[in-house]
Amino acid sequence: MAQQSPVPDELDRPFWEACNDDRLVLQHCAACAKYRFPPEPRCWACGSDRLPWREVGATGTLYTYAVVHDTPIASLKEDLPYVVGVVEIDDADGVNLVARVRDVPLDAVPVDGRIAITFEPTPGTGQKVPVARSAVPSS
Amino acid sequence: MTIHVGSAASLYRMQEHPGLWPHRGHVAAVGIGHAPTMRRWDERTETSVGAWSIRAIRAAIEDAGVDPAEVDGLALCEDTSHGSPWPVGQPPPEGFATMYTASADPLDGLARLSAEWLLKNMPELVNIKYVVVAPICMSAVLTAAIQAVGDGLTNVCVAVKGWHNFAGRYAHGGANAQDTVAGPAKWLNAVAGPPIYRTAVQFQRYLHKYGKSHDMMAPFVVNSRANGLLFPEGYWAQHRPEPITVEGYLDSRMIAEPANLLDNDLPIHTAGAYVVTTAERAKDLRQRPAYVLGHAGVGVADNGSWGPMRSNGAVESLEDVEEWSAATGRRVYESAGITARDVTFENMYDGFSLFHVFHIEGLGFAGIKQGEALDLFQTDISIYGPNPVSPSGGNIGGGRARFWNHTDTIQQIQGRAGARSITAPIVTGVSGGWQAWQCNAIVWSPTPG
Repeated sequence: MAQQSPVPDELDRPFWEACNDDRLVLQHCAACAKYRFPPEPRCWACGSDRLPWREVGATGTLYTYAVVHDTPIASLKEDLPYVVGVVEIDDADGVNLVARVRDVPLDAVPVDGRIAITFEPTPGTGQKVPVARSAVPSS
Repeated sequence: MTIHVGSAASLYRMQEHPGLWPHRGHVAAVGIGHAPTMRRWDERTETSVGAWSIRAIRAAIEDAGVDPAEVDGLALCEDTSHGSPWPVGQPPPEGFATMYTASADPLDGLARLSAEWLLKNMPELVNIKYVVVAPICMSAVLTAAIQAVGDGLTNVCVAVKGWHNFAGRYAHGGANAQDTVAGPAKWLNAVAGPPIYRTAVQFQRYLHKYGKSHDMMAPFVVNSRANGLLFPEGYWAQHRPEPITVEGYLDSRMIAEPANLLDNDLPIHTAGAYVVTTAERAKDLRQRPAYVLGHAGVGVADNGSWGPMRSNGAVESLEDVEEWSAATGRRVYESAGITARDVTFENMYDGFSLFHVFHIEGLGFAGIKQGEALDLFQTDISIYGPNPVSPSGGNIGGGRARFWNHTDTIQQIQGRAGARSITAPIVTGVSGGWQAWQCNAIVWSPTPG
């Protein structure tokens, strides 16, 4: 995956370690009983600092996307043009994450289509990142 | 004299049902000043962002006709760029340290702008007693000045916003050139790439939801550049008087499809400033007052300043954007004691152009509802028509300054917008920005209400 390698910090390390194990985990607010993403030290809605990590299914729906033709980020250039989607994770209270979308034609990206999240290493450090794959073959 | 540094957070009206603005018609903008524009800084001391901010402030004070010693308030933004870092290891230009008095930061006045630096280098501002530092948009700076005057924290306040743009492609160096990423960028920018991605995906969902096409943006962008070319202070009018045609827009190369190159604003090097005062003081000044009837918006208090709304994910959903845009409209009308029918023209933020769709739907400008902005763009939205959209031309028409919209609105209200003067009789005009999730709008009127 031609993408910058995320450097884990104290807060988000569980997320990135899970990616390296091909698993998706999200913070879950113990007070709101809602998933929260990106990681925060406190729930943005209620202020609780009880945000344990929970594993969720690595599937979702492609909410929207863009086909990227130019980028200021050097490590992304070799893959131009590419599709980057906003994926709503199933059973995670509408939480979305942004991921490269594989295996879709640039002119027929399936909005509202089913997505499977997989994980691919990045060249900088080998850290794996989420990657979206269309779960339904496009015609 | 002791200078009180105020909290920006207390100056914004971010709550639902803000009520009628208690200072309605009692605050006015009376002076406008601009530095020239450049595509990129030419590395001369006298054109640094600090130098040009001083120039803009002095021009605004002169335009208003106030004595500099009367100015007792200063509102500013310390950040002067999003994507143009000072080259690592490069010393300040020769002469900068001798021409200007430095603050503790040697790059102050070059790559950022503090009140301390400005006041050290503007000896005529002898009576500043109040300073407020606002987030990066002029909408935030100007609103802070307006509220501070209304609250009696200052009587004559200068609001200034400077932008630097150094040599090299914008945002192509620094952290973006590394093979690792830390901080918030790891969740969005490092994955997506271009800054317009976030808005492009919201717009993509919008097209999907309402069955519209990106081509329908063309009249807006064409109109914005046309208006910008009538703005003598703007970058495109000063340096590249090139209109955009529908064909040119449709043929423009894609950046983050559906957003193309012409949906992006051009980073420039410039500064702008306003003088804001009480309606009472404004009565006998050089320019007609542009009265403020109210202001309001969305955002959250964030470490003493004004931060963005929060969403549950890496990107705000279209539903979030529509809800927040509508909240800005609803709140600012309640604040100003008007309805959408009272708005003659609007100058909401447009850098990126796609923002404008969400902003004007939230305002219900020209009677539109959500999903109808692109339809409005197919009608006469020019300065000569019944529904002038972005008569300033905004960032698309003038370059990335985030203040052309306010300058034009004030000038339209004052009757000195020159070739951009709209033909419809003005009841009120609305200006504001920047993104739907951190937005403030101001209602202006030629009368105090």
